[in-house]
Amino acid sequence: MSNLVMPKIDRATISLKDKIVEKFKKITKQENVLSTADEIKPYETDALSAYKEKPLIVVLPENTSEVSEILAYCNENKIKVVPRGAGTGLSGGSLPLKDGVLLGLGKFNKILEIDFDNSCVIAQPGVTNLSITQAVEHRDFYYAPDPSSQIACSIGGNVAENSGGVHSLKYGTTTNNILGAEVVFMDGTIARFGGKRFDSEGYDILGLITGSEGLLCVITEVTVKIITKPQRVQAALIGFSTIEDGGKCVSEIIANGIVPAGMEMMDKALIHATDNFSKAGYPRDAEAMLIVEVDGTISEVNEQIERVKAIGIKNNSTSLKTSNSEEERLRFWAGRKSAFPACGAMAPDYYCMDGTIPRGKLAQVLNEISRLSKKYELPVANAFHAGDGNLHPLIMFDANDPKSLVKTEKFGSEILKYCVKVGGVLTGEHGVGIEKRELMCEMFNNNDIQQQIKIKKALDKNSLLNPGKVYPILRKCAEEGRVHVRRGKEKFPDIPRF
Amino acid sequence: MFEEEKKNSQTFQDFDSFSNPSDEIEVSKIIKTCFKSETPLELFGSGSKRLIGNKLQCEKTVSLSKLDGIIRYQPEELYIKVKACTPIKTIEEKLKTHKQCLAFDPIDLGYIFKGESDQGTAAGFVATNFAGSSRFKYGSVRDHLLGFRGVNGKGEIIKSGGTVVKNVTGYDLSKLVCGSYGTLVALTELTFKVIPLQEDTNTMVLYDLSIEAASEFLKNVSQSSNDITGAAHLPINNMAKNFETNTENVFKLNDLKSASSYTAIRLEGSQISIKEKIENIKKELNLFKTNLSVLESYQSKLFWAKVKNLEIFSNTKNSVLRIVVLPSNLVKIVYYLEKLTSQYFIDWGGNLLWAEIKNLSKENLIVLKKFVSNSDGYTTLIKSGEGLSFYDHSFTTNKIHYNVSQKIKESFDPKRILNPNKMYSGI
Repeated sequence: MSNLVMPKIDRATISLKDKIVEKFKKITKQENVLSTADEIKPYETDALSAYKEKPLIVVLPENTSEVSEILAYCNENKIKVVPRGAGTGLSGGSLPLKDGVLLGLGKFNKILEIDFDNSCVIAQPGVTNLSITQAVEHRDFYYAPDPSSQIACSIGGNVAENSGGVHSLKYGTTTNNILGAEVVFMDGTIARFGGKRFDSEGYDILGLITGSEGLLCVITEVTVKIITKPQRVQAALIGFSTIEDGGKCVSEIIANGIVPAGMEMMDKALIHATDNFSKAGYPRDAEAMLIVEVDGTISEVNEQIERVKAIGIKNNSTSLKTSNSEEERLRFWAGRKSAFPACGAMAPDYYCMDGTIPRGKLAQVLNEISRLSKKYELPVANAFHAGDGNLHPLIMFDANDPKSLVKTEKFGSEILKYCVKVGGVLTGEHGVGIEKRELMCEMFNNNDIQQQIKIKKALDKNSLLNPGKVYPILRKCAEEGRVHVRRGKEKFPDIPRF
Repeated sequence: MFEEEKKNSQTFQDFDSFSNPSDEIEVSKIIKTCFKSETPLELFGSGSKRLIGNKLQCEKTVSLSKLDGIIRYQPEELYIKVKACTPIKTIEEKLKTHKQCLAFDPIDLGYIFKGESDQGTAAGFVATNFAGSSRFKYGSVRDHLLGFRGVNGKGEIIKSGGTVVKNVTGYDLSKLVCGSYGTLVALTELTFKVIPLQEDTNTMVLYDLSIEAASEFLKNVSQSSNDITGAAHLPINNMAKNFETNTENVFKLNDLKSASSYTAIRLEGSQISIKEKIENIKKELNLFKTNLSVLESYQSKLFWAKVKNLEIFSNTKNSVLRIVVLPSNLVKIVYYLEKLTSQYFIDWGGNLLWAEIKNLSKENLIVLKKFVSNSDGYTTLIKSGEGLSFYDHSFTTNKIHYNVSQKIKESFDPKRILNPNKMYSGI
């Protein structure tokens, strides 16, 4: 992956740069069109910063009709377009193209309507995730999905990636928490799907768009559902002397009929890293640690926290604390929330993976990751959204050493393949982007990928919107999405492909 | 034309017009053959929801009813994988063995179509995307379908999704098949997320609220932090007029008083938490002097089954409409319905109206649909009553949605052979 192959560069488009800039300056304000090297530098990467590319032009439209005009013009002139929200994506979904226009939605930064009667908020796509909650919390409402980057990530980007967070098991991901969207297709058509109401008749195009990684349309407005804050939230911090005990505890909590608001697990490497970093008071002798958070009415929380404690003890917990105040609960989370910077303090760079696995396979997968860590001679720490099975191994490496990055990517790719092998998926919340596109054939066969590509072509016939993302383009895996099948066999033929 | 009629019809005896494939490969072969010969086919499961949507005139009929059986149930992973036409009842019984259930609270349209229970199959719920009374709390079918396998209009077997809740690998086609009425793929396997069954259920019923008071109450109570899982309003007096159904008999429960209307909320959890929630709600909404009852577990379950299964419209010969509305527009849409000869009730905490309308004409329906869509809602014709038998606009759309839908249809079914025109003419 380090030698990233992107779609063939169209030299003719590059030669027309001045003409395109002039055209854009007629569509939007002059200062919204950036074309000099200094101006476009901040846009050369997103949060997958190992990959950089300067776009041909950056355009920052201010309203939907400007987006529509820009897209229609690009479509007519076969110019590639890469949409970008806040640039916090971890899979390179908004990596620019040398011959492409980067369409930034940063100026779409207003909350348009707060409708408490119908429990929804209408926001422009550049509004940050957290500011939606901040706008409604005075009435005890909030927006449920809480990706860790919620302070910076935009709601439009959340829709494009179907972002999750630590509360996904109980409250769902973005797709379960939005009601409507206004979008612009590559030919400039402006469309609205859904509204403030529940569901819609006809094909669920809102559902299709959510998580489509900017390949189908550009999002220009989002209507999100807001919900009431629970009466009480309490957390338990449980240590275990083996990963297996921790894993069994997770399965037993779920099997017991408890749906925790959040359930997070960390391995020993991460317990130490985060405890050093944030002094959270974690059990440093434990091999695995769980944070189990429950919410609801006061009696529900009391009852569930007692059941969680009993299950912890039954599964040989070596330490067990419950939060007795809001401050203490936040302290429990402080370490977990500092997992990324804590790893950053341990090594020059870290690479965050994002597979999802069946909860019951946790110990098996962590053992395999530990084996691979020895094989590649790279340290790894593991954070696990145990509630929803989303695993984030953080591989520590040194990006100044090119060999180290290549090795890290190979290690990461082996982890993801293993996630698929045990019945999981390649990505739980970060998206495929450029990062995992060559691995798509691990999960999908030719028919599956062709069906998805047909949808893409139906809505963007010239494949101009965010090309080179999500679907494999390398010959080693597929060409135009065609899966390489060796000796008539798919990879892992014995695995249920579902 | 039903398969029995087809079997006896001379016209169809020359064709192999009815198929009942027993596995996915067979489904694929049939569709491949139809694709080559451009033969349109009607797909259905057990037929419980077959009358919803525009009438089909297909040369071939394919029942997927033999795709029946639980493939894998993993209670601790909170999912169940089934063959597409597994009866919903079988699935619910299996889930009960581990104190779990389907979160979309499956409804039963058997009562309005034939006067008795006929819930149908898992695929039927996916095809229609109909959820029960707890929709406003837990979401619809589309929120709980984790993955599927199926056969597209070229006969190719395709799959999407997985068995885990957090999955953003590729487009989320599970959303697209929900509510697509068999026009995109013949579903063969489905994986649903499941949730724990609540330990106990009670229902608080307030009596004699006007529609205005009920609307305000439903809005406030569904926004409370007491996790209400059902909130409905039944204007009993209005219902009894001009209709054969004796509404009071349908809701004859020992602890329900006779009243002009029932406004009910469902509270679930352990007995301790239910009691706490009832006290909280009384306090928050100042209900200490309000005329109300609390139904215990058994009567509660009966009550909500009657609501979500539309038992008050049982065996109706009239048209039945499903109208999704915004809570803030509920009252004005109710006023509109009251101008017609109708009976209705409200579910989903004020987000859904079910209406039975006598002698509904095509013209009246078109005007009603327009009124509702101008209020950011939509109306689906679930059952055509007398006077509407040839009506072919069960669903509503607009030009842009139609154009995008047509492109999506073509990407799955280029020759338009799967349930053509079922939803919209030309799709």
